Amino acid sequence: MRFWIGAAVWIALAAGVAVFAKNEYVFFATYTVLMFVVLATAWNILGGYAGYVNFGTPAFFGLGAYTGAVLYKAFALPLGLQIVAAFVMSGLLGLFAGILTLRLRGIFFAIATIALVVIMETLFINWRYAGGATGLQLLRPAPLWPFQSYITMLFMVMALMVVGAVAIARYIERSWIGRGLRALRDSEDAAECSGVPTLRLKLFACAVSGGLMGAAGAPMPMYLSFIEPASTFNLNYAVGALAGAMIGGTSHWIGPVLGAVLLSSVQQVVTVTISNEINVLVVGVLLVVFVVAAPDGIIGFFRKWLSSK
Amino acid sequence: MALLEINNVSKSFGGFAALTDVSIDIAQGERFGLIGPNGSGKTTLINCVSGTLQNESGSIVFDGADVTRKAAYQRTRGGIARSFQIPRPFFSMSVLENLMVPLGYVVHLNNKNAETEAMNILERMGLADKAGAQSSSLSQVELRKLELARAMAARPRLLISDEAMAGLSGSEVDEVLKILFDLNASGITIIMIEHIMQAVMRFSQRVVCLDAGRIICEAAPAEIVKNPEVQKAYLGA
Amino acid sequence: MLPLDLLFEAVLFGILLGCFYAAVSMGLSVSFGLLDVPHVAHPAVMVLGSYCTYLLTTVGLDPIVAGVLLMPPFFVLGMGAYRLYYEAFEKRGTEAGVRGIAFFFGVALIIEVGLIVAFGVDQRMVEASYIGSSLRFGDVRIPQRTLVVFAVAVAMTVVLTLYFSKTFTGRAIKAVAQDEPALRLMGANPVRIKQWAFGIATAVAALGGAMLIIIGPVEPNMDRLYIGRTFAVVVLAGLGSMTGTIAAGLVLGISESIVLIHPGLGASWAPAVSFALLLLVLGVRPQGLFGR
Repeated sequence: MRFWIGAAVWIALAAGVAVFAKNEYVFFATYTVLMFVVLATAWNILGGYAGYVNFGTPAFFGLGAYTGAVLYKAFALPLGLQIVAAFVMSGLLGLFAGILTLRLRGIFFAIATIALVVIMETLFINWRYAGGATGLQLLRPAPLWPFQSYITMLFMVMALMVVGAVAIARYIERSWIGRGLRALRDSEDAAECSGVPTLRLKLFACAVSGGLMGAAGAPMPMYLSFIEPASTFNLNYAVGALAGAMIGGTSHWIGPVLGAVLLSSVQQVVTVTISNEINVLVVGVLLVVFVVAAPDGIIGFFRKWLSSK
Repeated sequence: MALLEINNVSKSFGGFAALTDVSIDIAQGERFGLIGPNGSGKTTLINCVSGTLQNESGSIVFDGADVTRKAAYQRTRGGIARSFQIPRPFFSMSVLENLMVPLGYVVHLNNKNAETEAMNILERMGLADKAGAQSSSLSQVELRKLELARAMAARPRLLISDEAMAGLSGSEVDEVLKILFDLNASGITIIMIEHIMQAVMRFSQRVVCLDAGRIICEAAPAEIVKNPEVQKAYLGA
Repeated sequence: MLPLDLLFEAVLFGILLGCFYAAVSMGLSVSFGLLDVPHVAHPAVMVLGSYCTYLLTTVGLDPIVAGVLLMPPFFVLGMGAYRLYYEAFEKRGTEAGVRGIAFFFGVALIIEVGLIVAFGVDQRMVEASYIGSSLRFGDVRIPQRTLVVFAVAVAMTVVLTLYFSKTFTGRAIKAVAQDEPALRLMGANPVRIKQWAFGIATAVAALGGAMLIIIGPVEPNMDRLYIGRTFAVVVLAGLGSMTGTIAAGLVLGISESIVLIHPGLGASWAPAVSFALLLLVLGVRPQGLFGR
C-alpha cells in the first residue's frame, strides 16, 4: 500500500511541476533521467532478476522509437497509441529474440544481444520509408491540455511510465514468477529439477523487458523532432540501462531507480560542465568499480549499513 | 509394469561415450542402488532420467509415458525428483525459500501452506533451526541435507539421491537412511547412488553396477559385492 | 547471380580480408576460446594497440616493427588485467561470471574514452612503404598492405599453433582449458598458467592492432565494429582452435566481401554479416568448425 501512496504522490508532484514550472531546461534534463529509470528497471527484469546480462537495450528501445515515428508519419497516431504499439512490437521482438537466443549461456547470450542491436540498426538504415541512414524529420503536434508545451507533456508521460515500469517490475519481483526467475538465476539446472519452467519464464522476462524498453523509446522521436538509426541504436543506451541497474543493485526494484537517477544525473552534470566524452568515462569507471567492489550495488551498501546498526 | 524404464540409453560428449546402451527397469516402490567407480556414468544416467541432459538414443519411460523429449521441469512435475551430487542450492535464498520453489512450482501450494510443509520437511531433515538462514552460509553436510529436502518438497513418486551421504558421519548416515526408508515406506520409489557401500547394501533391494558407461552387473546387494567384475572395476585391473 | 569475374574479385578480396579478421581475432581465440574469459574489451585493447603503433611510427618506426615491440609491454598488461579479473570474478564462482561481462564492457568504455581524450575523435593512420601501393596480378590489383597483413596472420597462426602443441607452457595452457582439476592434481598452478595465457592473448591483440592501423585509419570507437567480427570468428572457429580461426576468418571475410559488392546489398548491410553469421553458428553448430 505504501508503494501506491508513494506513486500517487510522485504523479501529483510531477503533474504540478509539469503544468506550472517555467524553466524548460529542467524538463529536458529530467526527461532523460526518467527515461533511463524506465530503461534500467526494464533491463533489470531480465538482466537482474533472471541473471541474463545483456546489451540488447538499444534494439528494443530503437524499435519502439521507430514504431512510434513510423506510425506517426503514416497515420498521425497520437502518442498514447504510439506507446502501446511500441510496447507490443518490442515485446514481440523480445519474445522472438528470446526463442532464438535464450538457450545460450552467459557471454554467448550477451554477444547475441549485441548482434540483435546491429541487425536492427542495419534493417532501419536500409528502410527508406523510415528515413534510411539520413533519418526522419517529424513535426510535433500541439500539446494536449493542460500542458503548455510539448516537452512538459513528454515529461509527464515519462513520469507516468516510470510508475508503470516500476509497478510491473515490483509485481514480478514479489510474485511466484520472481521466485522462479531468482531460482533459475542461481542455478538453472536445479530450478528445472524443482519444477520451474525456465525457458518459459526467461521468454516472459525477455518480452516484458523488451516491451517496456520499446515503450520508453516511443516518445523519443517526438522529443527530438527527429530520428535516425546511428544515434537511436547506439550502444550507449545499453550501457546506461545495464550500469544503472548494476550500480543501483539488481535484487530489488528500487536499485535500478536509484542507480539510474544517480548515473543519469551525474552524466548530465558532467556533459554540461566538462565534456560529452568524459561522461562516458564516468559511466565506465563507475561500472567497473561497482561490479568489482560492490556487486550488490547501492542496495548492498544500505543493507550492510542497516545490519550494522 | 515398471515405474521407470530406461531403454538402451546412450549419451556421448563429443567423442567420449559416457553411456552405452544402458537398460534398467525400476519397479514401483523399489529401493534401487546404483554403484560404480568415478566417471562410470552414474550421474550422467541420472541427468538423462531427470532431463537435465538429453540422451542421443534410447528412451526413458516413466509410469507408462515416454518422457525422453520432455523438459526437466515437466518430468519433475510428473513425479521425478533428484538431488545433485555437488549441491546446487539457490544461494540468494534462505533455506526455507529454497523449498518454497518446488512447493510452489510442482505442488502448487500457496505461500502459507508451502511454509508449513517446508518447515515439516526441514524438521524431518534436522534443518529446522536453519530455516531462516541464507543457504550460502550452510556447511557442506547441511547443504547435502538441503538438496535432499528440496527434492522431497516436490512430492515425488521417484526420488533419485545422488551421493547425498558423502562426507556425513556414521550417525548422520543413519539419520538420512532412516528418512529414505520412511519415504520408501510411504510409497516413494528410491534410486540411491552412493559410494558408502554399507549404506547401499543396507538400503537396496537390487543393485546395478556401472563401469565406463555400461552395466557390468545387476544383482542383490549380497551378490554384487562378490562379483569379480565389480571388484575389478573398483580396485582396478 | 553475380558475374563470374566480379565474384572472383570478391572472393579474392574476401580471402585477404578474412586473413586480416583472423589476425585480429587470434588474441580472442586465446582469451575467450581457451580461457573462457568474456573479453568484450578485446577489440578495444586492439584499438589501443593501434594507437600505440601510431605513436611509435611518429618516431620513425615501421608499423610492423612497432607492433612486435608492443607485444612485451602488452603481455605484462594482460597478465595484470587477468589477475584483477580473477580476484574479482572467477574466484567468486560462476554466478559472478556474468558480471565479468559488465566489467569488460566498462573497461572497453574506459579505453575508448581514454583514446578520445588523448588523441581526439579524428582518425589516425600510419605510413609505410607498403601502404598505398598495389601489386598487379593480371587484371586484378591487390593492395600491398593486405598482403603484408596476410603474411603476418599466417605467421601468427603458425607460431601460436606450434606454441600450443610443442612447448611445455603452451600445452599446459591447452590442458588448463580442457581439464583444470587434473592439472591441479599434477601440481601446476592453473591461475598462473591462465595469467600467462591472457598475457599472450593481449600481446597478440597488440600486434592485431598494428595490423588494423596498417589496413586503414583508426578512430577510438572502432572497437564496436569489431566486437561482432572477432566473436563471430572465434565462435565459428570453435573455441580454442588457432587454425580454425584462419578458416573462420576466411568464411567471414568472403561473406562480407560478397555482400559488399552485391548490387542489392552493399556497404550498409556489411556490419550485419558478422552478427548474422554468429547467430547462425550459435543456432546450428555451437561448437564451431573445430571446437573442443
